[in-house]
Amino acid sequence: MADPIAALTNAQAARAEAATRVQAPTAAGMDVEQLSAFYGRFQALAEITLPIHPGAVTAVIGPSGCGKSTFIRCLNRLHELTPGARVTGSVRLEGVDIYQPGVDPARVRQLVGMVFQKPNPFPTLSIYDNVLAGVRLHRPRLSRAEADEIVERSLRAAALWDEVKDKLKAPGSSLSGGQQQRLCIARALAVEPLVLLMDEPTSALDPIATYRIEELIWELKQRYTIVIVTHNMQQAARIADYVAFLLAGEDRTGRLIEFDTAQRIFTNPKRKETEDYITGKIG
Amino acid sequence: MTTEPFLAPVTTPAERREWILRLLTGTQRVDRIRRLRESIILSLLFLSALISVATTIGIIYTLSIETFHFFQRVSLIDFLTDTQWTPLFTEKHFGIWPLLTATLLVSAIAMLVALPLGLLAAIGLSEYASPRLASIVKPILEILAGVPTVVYGYFALLFVTPLLKRFIPQLEVFNALSAGLVMGIMILPLVASLSEDAMRAVPQSLREGAYALGATKLEVVWRVVVPSSLSGIVAAFILAISRAIGETMIVAIAMGQVPRLTLNPLVAMETMTAYIVQVSLGDTPHGSLEYQTIFAVGTTLFLITMVLNLLSYRFLQRFREVYE
Ligand SMILES: Nc1ncnc2c1ncn2[C@@H]1O[C@H](COP(=O)(O)OP(=O)(O)OP(=O)(O)O)[C@@H](O)[C@H]1O
Ligand SMILES: [Mg+2]
Repeated sequence: MADPIAALTNAQAARAEAATRVQAPTAAGMDVEQLSAFYGRFQALAEITLPIHPGAVTAVIGPSGCGKSTFIRCLNRLHELTPGARVTGSVRLEGVDIYQPGVDPARVRQLVGMVFQKPNPFPTLSIYDNVLAGVRLHRPRLSRAEADEIVERSLRAAALWDEVKDKLKAPGSSLSGGQQQRLCIARALAVEPLVLLMDEPTSALDPIATYRIEELIWELKQRYTIVIVTHNMQQAARIADYVAFLLAGEDRTGRLIEFDTAQRIFTNPKRKETEDYITGKIG
Repeated sequence: MTTEPFLAPVTTPAERREWILRLLTGTQRVDRIRRLRESIILSLLFLSALISVATTIGIIYTLSIETFHFFQRVSLIDFLTDTQWTPLFTEKHFGIWPLLTATLLVSAIAMLVALPLGLLAAIGLSEYASPRLASIVKPILEILAGVPTVVYGYFALLFVTPLLKRFIPQLEVFNALSAGLVMGIMILPLVASLSEDAMRAVPQSLREGAYALGATKLEVVWRVVVPSSLSGIVAAFILAISRAIGETMIVAIAMGQVPRLTLNPLVAMETMTAYIVQVSLGDTPHGSLEYQTIFAVGTTLFLITMVLNLLSYRFLQRFREVYE
């Protein structure tokens, strides 16, 4: 691999160029309105209202325990799987409320994919079958040719194809941590989501693997809307277009303190708490 | 990007919203099939739960009807205070204590064998044994669990008792000691494998945390692994006790059928289960008082094991909460 520092500068140039391109028309936006989330009686989030702009990267930042994970898990209805957990308010995907009656949560999670903090490829499946795991749920009858095509396309999109194309039958757990995380991204992309949620996707990875994932996120946002939770302010500054800053008060309930473009949050935040957090004074 | 867009091209925002709504509300054929499958599975699960619940209710019903008839003819006070059990003699006494004491005594002996050995076996298997050794020892333990209890019964009667008699000449042919020892060996695999499961569930990171503080292997086992899995181990013990109390063949064969109130393990006694076998094998007429005694004894047995199982369930739940 080339010198990562030089690669980083090149990548910045590439990004500047990419930013001027027109955004892909397929990316979908979301609107979060008055979203509150509970674990039993404990209220973890209070009345979060913010837009998730299509074809952009929205970073969710804030100190540990402020409800970042809870927030993004509300966006694909994963939160309600925790026993006793409950959500109020609304989350709309392209204007369609995903919490309205009659909506099938399994379908919501197909359109709003997710990548977790620790890479979690299915240990009993090969790389090939890992990529297809989700697709097979939605399309039980998949021809061999279609399957091959989806696998290659998804692995290419996740920038993993070249590294694994000769060992597609090897188990997913035989890859390095960073490769496993890209496999999980490929697996999420294979079901053709509109939005991709990522909960600290690089916190278990080394700097080079992190850099590759960031590169990938940059490429993916041409076609996907991305929401990423991160503890790393540099990372948020590098990849995010918009930033949401959450903070838990005395009652441990997380609230939205500020939402703005990444540029304004990092150069000229309106709220004192935001400034304190990004300069490392709290959290 | 040169690859095709993932999504089918959708033109206007309104069409797009329509498409998303249709997809999300799951109106397609696949969705209907998936939903149907889920509800079929759910009803199958419900049905099988129902069968076991219904069976339990049936058992409780039969037991209580006959027990009720029994207590119409014999007072509960006598049942709980009389020290003799002679329903098959002409001078009848209905005190449960001789049977209960025998049951508890033989179970206590069994637990004295099964608890320490089972716990040690579990620690050895989970913490010390190399995977190779474990792969040899575990199947042997499982064979032990698979031996029919009637074989254990004759093992106690024909091997253990004569062996013990060399050292304890006053030992009777039928006695609680050898029945208890052999029952302990029979229960050992249950204790060992449930405790081992509990210990394996202790996260590796906890062990490493202790090692990183400079603990030795023994200290890690006794101060971290065993305490962390304690509720699982306790649950295993309680289940084992309830198994011992309900054990029938060994005691019926090797412990005799003499209902007497004593704590001396060297003489013949009769446990609750052995009494039930004795009456069931005889020609006691249906509906007679002798016949009803076995239901009274059965109910007592059932109440004891049920309480023990509930206790063990409570412990297991506590244990699950810790690591999930
Ligand atoms: N399953 C749960 N049951 C009860 N409370 C929970 C549960 N999960 C999280 N919480 C609480 O909800 C609050 C928000 O948790 P959350 O995991 O969303 O925080 P976070 O911002 O993602 O933190 P981190 O940065 O450490 O990942 C915390 O106070 C946490 O204790
Ligand atoms: Mg989190």
